[in-house]
Formats: sequence, structure tokens, C-alpha cells
Amino acid sequence: MTPGWLLRGVRLYGEAPVDLLIKDGVIAEVGSGLRAHGADVFDVGGLVALPGLVDLHTHLREPGREDAETVTSGSRAAALGGFTAVHAMANTDPVADTAGVVEQVWRLGRETGLVDVAPVGAVTVGLGGSQLAELGAMADSAARVRMFSDDGHCVSDPALMRRALEYVKAFGGVIAQHAEEHRLTEGAQMNEGVHSARLGLTGWPAAAEEAIIARDVLLAEHVGSRLHVCHVSTAGSVELLRWAKGRGVDVTAEVTPHHLLLTDELAATYDPVYKVNPPLRTACDVEALRAGLADGTIDAVATDHAPHAVEDKECEWGAARPGMLGLQQALSIVQLTMVDTGRLDWRGVADRMSARPARIGGTVRDGHGGDLVAGAPANLLLLDPAVTSVVDPAELASRSRNTPYAGRELPGRVVATFLRGVPTVLDGKAQA
Amino acid sequence: MGAAPDSSDPLGSATRRPLLDADALARTVDRMAHQILEKTAGAHNTVLIGIPTRGATLARRLAARMRAFEGVDVPVGILDTTLYRDDLRLRAVRALEETTEPPGGITDRLVVLVDDVLYSGRTVRAALDALRELGRPRAVQLAVLVDRGHRELPIRADFVGKNIPTAPEEQVRVLLAEVDGENAVVIISGGPS
Amino acid sequence: MKHLLSAADLDREAATLVLDTAAQMDAALAGREVKKLPTLRGRTVVNLFYEDSTRTRISFELAAKRLSADVITFSAKGSSVSKGESLKDTALTLEAMGADAVVVRHSMSGAPHRLAQWVRGSVVNAGDGTHEHPTQALLDAFTMRARLGRLEGLRVTIVGDVLHSRVARSNVLLLSTLGAEVTVVAPPTLLPVGVDAWPVEVSFDLDQSLPKADVVMMLRVQRERMSASYFPSPREYSRRYGLDATRMAMLAEHAIVMHPGPMNRGMEIAAEVADSVRSTIVEQVSNGLSVRMAVLYLLLGGAEVAA
Repeated sequence: MTPGWLLRGVRLYGEAPVDLLIKDGVIAEVGSGLRAHGADVFDVGGLVALPGLVDLHTHLREPGREDAETVTSGSRAAALGGFTAVHAMANTDPVADTAGVVEQVWRLGRETGLVDVAPVGAVTVGLGGSQLAELGAMADSAARVRMFSDDGHCVSDPALMRRALEYVKAFGGVIAQHAEEHRLTEGAQMNEGVHSARLGLTGWPAAAEEAIIARDVLLAEHVGSRLHVCHVSTAGSVELLRWAKGRGVDVTAEVTPHHLLLTDELAATYDPVYKVNPPLRTACDVEALRAGLADGTIDAVATDHAPHAVEDKECEWGAARPGMLGLQQALSIVQLTMVDTGRLDWRGVADRMSARPARIGGTVRDGHGGDLVAGAPANLLLLDPAVTSVVDPAELASRSRNTPYAGRELPGRVVATFLRGVPTVLDGKAQA
Repeated sequence: MGAAPDSSDPLGSATRRPLLDADALARTVDRMAHQILEKTAGAHNTVLIGIPTRGATLARRLAARMRAFEGVDVPVGILDTTLYRDDLRLRAVRALEETTEPPGGITDRLVVLVDDVLYSGRTVRAALDALRELGRPRAVQLAVLVDRGHRELPIRADFVGKNIPTAPEEQVRVLLAEVDGENAVVIISGGPS
Repeated sequence: MKHLLSAADLDREAATLVLDTAAQMDAALAGREVKKLPTLRGRTVVNLFYEDSTRTRISFELAAKRLSADVITFSAKGSSVSKGESLKDTALTLEAMGADAVVVRHSMSGAPHRLAQWVRGSVVNAGDGTHEHPTQALLDAFTMRARLGRLEGLRVTIVGDVLHSRVARSNVLLLSTLGAEVTVVAPPTLLPVGVDAWPVEVSFDLDQSLPKADVVMMLRVQRERMSASYFPSPREYSRRYGLDATRMAMLAEHAIVMHPGPMNRGMEIAAEVADSVRSTIVEQVSNGLSVRMAVLYLLLGGAEVAA
């Protein structure tokens, strides 16, 4: 065990500076003028401390596409972004639809040790949408899976969706739905609207997302189950969620950083780095998503970090795979779009990027998403919100380079991340 | 895709030195018309082919004067040489100008090419190539209002309105009322080339 | 200008220059026995056709040859482009060969834009997916101007599968730049969501818009669209949106009928209309050659332009 860390002058949630002592994996003391007791003193005057971030939606690509990302490289990107836990999506090769695969991913995460990797299990066998995967076996495995998703594919069959919602109640699971009515999105390349009309790219209508969300909240209400909606992208979806929550439906939702910032006119470059599913939407949608996140209609920011090999992006728009990197810039984007605009304070950020996602995905049990108080597990990050930097894809920890933020100047820098008291990032550098 | 602007523009800060005024220019054109009539035995079986922009205007003026002097109707054609130039890549892309075959064509006739200024000779070389595509003239002669020297090719004019020694950095501008709103020949120095 | 990727790349001046240059090209070659100009000697034009299009490919080939450029054609069949080589690798190969211009036809919208980022030479969009086909729009505008004497204020009605038509997109952009008034007529299923942002009038009723049209442009409608429920049957389509002799009789005396080809006779256009004196379909083909010569000349006929 290290002798611990004394963070001097840290601003918890951006509030008044205090000292914070990390010892034996927990926050030992919070107060002013703390004595080091032999701990390494880290004079962090002015830095903001937040609870370690939890990402409900990460593609780590291992097993299967280790050329695009591995559990190790993705963990590094996550730690550098201030995350202490990430949920690894099931659309790997082989698909994470058995206890064996989810345990493999979970173990790889443990071995890397930079973040807790919580595997997401597939809802249906092979993401095929027709037969339930052995959800219970994944729940009972060492990975203790609680979140299930066919992400990348929608669980389209309403009867199957209903059964899945019901079935996971037995072990406190949640179905995270990729809401896309696929019959409305055949060949779709971008948001359907003014820009798709002009660019000659097949449109992905907002209604294709909203129709599934509407159906699923009704199903969840009917069977009394918990539903989580992945990457909400439209103003209409926010309205539906507000309505459902108003009725008491047990539904939660996430929004990606890119949907909080970027709009569909970027497709005019035909650079597939802007191709993502669901697609970038309009400025009106962006506004509604920010408002929804601010008022809590949307519970969480989740990255949908989706690394892709160069050849899957250095090609025609139509041939490119959808997805963007997100882990390393997520907090910067949230600062830019929500904090610097006055829509969320840092406590709000902690709620949407740590506390709520930890509750939704079940990583609370591993000590994630807690408050920064004495006695809590020392999962936290230190952020310098005052600095800005220009994103250079070559400097990212991911194995892939498909960031939509290349060349953009973004605010905020994660200086350090601690996972159970152990620094995974120090001075902006990953420790493994 | 834009083409280079026409160089007949106002002259900016450059200094402008007159060489021929309107009267002198008219007299020069008259003299050339007489010379062509004389050397072509009354312009029998002869056509004038002007090289745009001002060569075409000059060709029309020459034809008008020849009609006035001898009552002959000399057919006039216009031949844009741009597509035949060998120096296209040295400048921004040029807009094309009109090409009009003279009535009756050029085959077996005497062609008098008409241009305003003879300088490197490259325009005339391009014109000879372009002419070949229109037919096979009996002979080709060259008439220019101004010969300013500095040839880069073995080309010589048969009819010269005025020989004007110049420095390479100077420009000779022939201004014609139909195009420029005035009649004069001037030397420009110090302006953009 | 460095590339011609979209009709929107051309402002009014540049578009007019292309049309004027095409007219001069016509004049320069009119009545010639030898239809060849030395202008682009030593320049290399690569035709990169990922999609079969005999008419466009031949038109570009001939245009380049008439200007004495060296022409290489890669067609979808039988070259590396059909063997899974990526667009980028192909681009790098062309680059190594020293292509001065790449004329690209591709089934995916935006492919020419991508190519333009990877090659030093000029890129000409010869049709990309359901996006644009700018030289088609130029030849259409050229044809209208030649037949009707002007473009400003001309009333052009574009009829058919606007949703999937690159010809329609390029024409709408170019014609509105040149001052024409464009109406698009189609069943609502074959108009894109977002068409209201286009500089056009939208109508679902062909009969209503015919009497005031100076130009009627019929777009090709693929019978396969029926299976995706864009319309119930070819018969119903042609009854509501096809141009037959009865409808042609509603046109003003001077009005012309255009079609980018290839035609579906009996579907969007009746044989007697296609073969009538109003039809410009054959002229469109020969005008295509002049317009493509003009484009190649304007892109390659001067000093190199930085991207």
C-alpha cells in the first residue's frame, strides 16, 4: 500500500478549497490544514475534484477488433478522461452473449487495472434479435452483468423486448435499448432533413428513434420493468422521456457528448469521422438535449466511444462504419456545452457523469458514483477547468484516431484520476 | 474555374506614354489598307482573319477602309488562338473568344492574319496552327499595327503599321474605340504586367 | 477553380464562363474534318468509373481526347477498383501516375469529395450516388440556353424521382444560380424531406405546372422503386407523372422536353414525346461533349491552381 496522497487546496465540485487525504483506497479525511501523515503531498491549488466518472456506453472492441481498440488501450483513454468505470458494449466478435465472453472482458479489465470494466451482456444471441441470450448466466458470472444491450442493433421485436424487460427483473438487471426502427433507417447515412436532402445521403429520421422509445416506455410501464435508453439524439425523444417520467415509468436515458455539441451540417464535408449512429442531428435537437440533461430528463452522459480502424473511416461516407471516439474528450465537451454555458454546475456534472450512471449500471456496488466525503472509496478525478487545448488525434490513447474534435480547442484537462486510491493518471499521464 | 480578366483594364498607378493619337492611328490603318491592296493586287481572293480581341476589330476596320478605297468586299474572319497556345500553363486559364470562319472559307485563298501588337510571336504561331484546322490557304501573310520587337520565334510581319522599340518590362496597348472607348496606342511602364 | 464537385461550386460568373467556353469549343470545332485541339497535350485525364455509365464515360473520354489529353479509363469491371482496393489506395495510385485530372463516377454520394482530399490533381464529379452530377446540369443549361436563348427567368419543371436524382440536385443548384425558376414535380414519396429548403417550388400535380413551363425535364424512374412502395405501380406512376402526347399538348408552343437518359419509354416519357421536335435528348448528348471539353479546359488549361 502506498503511504497515500494529500491533495492540498482541492475544490470539491468546484467549491471552496479544502484538503483531501487519500489513504488505503478511501477518502480518509476532508478538511482544512490536514496533516500528511507520511502521504505524498500534492499541492493542487485550484483544481476541481469530481467523483470518478462512469461511462455506461463504451466500445472496447476486444475480443475481435484489437486493431481498433483493446481493453487496455480503451482503459487508458478512459482513465485519461477521468473515468473510473466503463461499461463495455457487447458487440464484440465473438459477441458478449455468454458468461464466458463477459468474464473474459471483465478479467482483461482487471488485469489492466486502470478502470473497472463492467461488461454489458447482449440481450439476444449473437445480437440476432430473435432469441434471448442467457442473461441469468451472465448475471451470475464473475462479471456480475446487470446491464444488457444489443447496442448497434435495436431489439426490434416488441414481444422479445417485453420478455427481456421482464426477465432481467429477477436479478435487478436493466435493458439498454438502442432505439432505432430499422425499417425506417434502411441504408440511412445521416439525419434526415435539410442537409441529407442536399447531400444526397439517405436520411435517418428522428421518428425512427422516437417510435421505439415510445413503444418501449409503454412496455416498461406495462410490465413494471426498468428501461434505459441509449444515446438519445432528438428533441422528440426528450419530450417522450419527459412524458414517461411524468407518468412514473422507470426509465433512464443517456446522451453522448457529440450529440450535445455537433450537428448534421458537418456531413457536408463527407468526412466519415462525423458519421455516427444515431446520427448527428440539428441545432434544435442539440438544444433540447442540453435542456433535457440540465433538467434531469436525461440522466447521464455516456460516450458511445466507438473506435474504428483507419480503413473503416478513410473511405467513402457510405462505406464507413459509424462511430466516434469519446472517452478522452467527454468531460471537456460537457464543460463546454453544460458548465461554461451555466446549465450545470460541477455537482450537476458529478450527478450526470458519475452518480446516476453508477446507479443505472450497477457499479455503485464497486464503490462508484459516491460522494466525495470521508470514508468513501477514493474514486475521483482532478480537473483543471481553466486550461484549453487543441485536440490532436495522434496524441490520443485510443488505438484509433476517429475523433470528431481534431483541431478543436476544448476547455478542461484531467490532471489526475484515482481508482480506489491508486492514481491511474498523474499529471495528465496514464500510469499503466 | 474563373478565367484571367481582360487586360484592357484601367492602368492603375502605371505611367502611360502616348505613341499614336486617334488621328495618327487612323492614318496608320489607312496606310496599311493601301499596302495590303497594293501587295495583293486589289485584294483579289484575299481574306482578313483577325485575332481577338483587337486584331478582330482591326481586321474589320481594314476591310472597311479597303472597301472605301477600292470598293472591294474583303471577307473577314475571326480566329481565337487560345486553344493552340503553347504557354497556357504559365498563366491562369484564359477565357476563350469567338472564332468565325470568313464567308467562303480560307482554302486556296490568301489569308492576311491581323493582330494589334507583334511581340514574342507565340500568338502568331498558335494562329498558324489554328488556321491549319480551318483549311489550306494558298498563302498566309501577317499584318500588325505595332511591332514592338523581342521575338522568340522566327516570325516576321508583312505589313507593319509602326515599329516601336520597347523595353521588355514595358507594355504596348492598342486602344480601339469599339473595345476601349478611345483610339490610341500607348506605352505603359511600371504597372502590373 | 481547382475541382468541380458540385454545381454549387459555380457562381453565376463561373457557370456562365463554362457555358460560353462550351459554345466557343463548339465554334472552334464546327465543320472540322479533324476534331482535335492541341490544348491539353501532355496532360493526363483519368476516368475512374465505379459505376457503369457508358454515355458519361464516353463523353468525358472523347472530350479529353479532343483536347489532346492522354486518357486512361478505369472501369468498375476488370480493374483493381473491382477487386476491393479502397478508394484511397486507388487515389494514391493515380497520384503516382501523375493524373492531372480525375473524372470520377461513384455509387456513393460524396466519393469525389473524398478523392479530392487525396489527390493533387483536379477532381471532376461525373455523378456520385444520389448527390450530384454537375456536368449534366451544365449541359442541360447549355441546351436550354441554345434552344431558348436565355436562362434568366426561364421556367423549368423537373419531374420524377427527385429524391434519388443527382441530376435534379445539380440542376436545381445551377439553374437557380443562373436565374431560372425551378419547379419540382413528383409524388411526395419521391421528394426528399427537407426539399422545402431548396430554391424551388414544389408541386405534386404535373398537369397544373405544364402550361407555364418553358422547359420540362423528365427524370428517369426506376421500376424497382415500386417494390419499396414509393408508388403503387408503374402504370399509376406514368398515368400521374408520365409525359405523354396528351400532356405534351398542354405545353406552350416554344417549350422543350429534356431527359438526361437513359429513358424508360412508356414509364416517365412516351415514345412520341421522346421522338418529337420538342425533345432535346439527342442535342443533350452532343452538348455534353462541348460542356465537358469546356470544364476540362477551364480546370487544366491554365497554370496549376492551389487546392
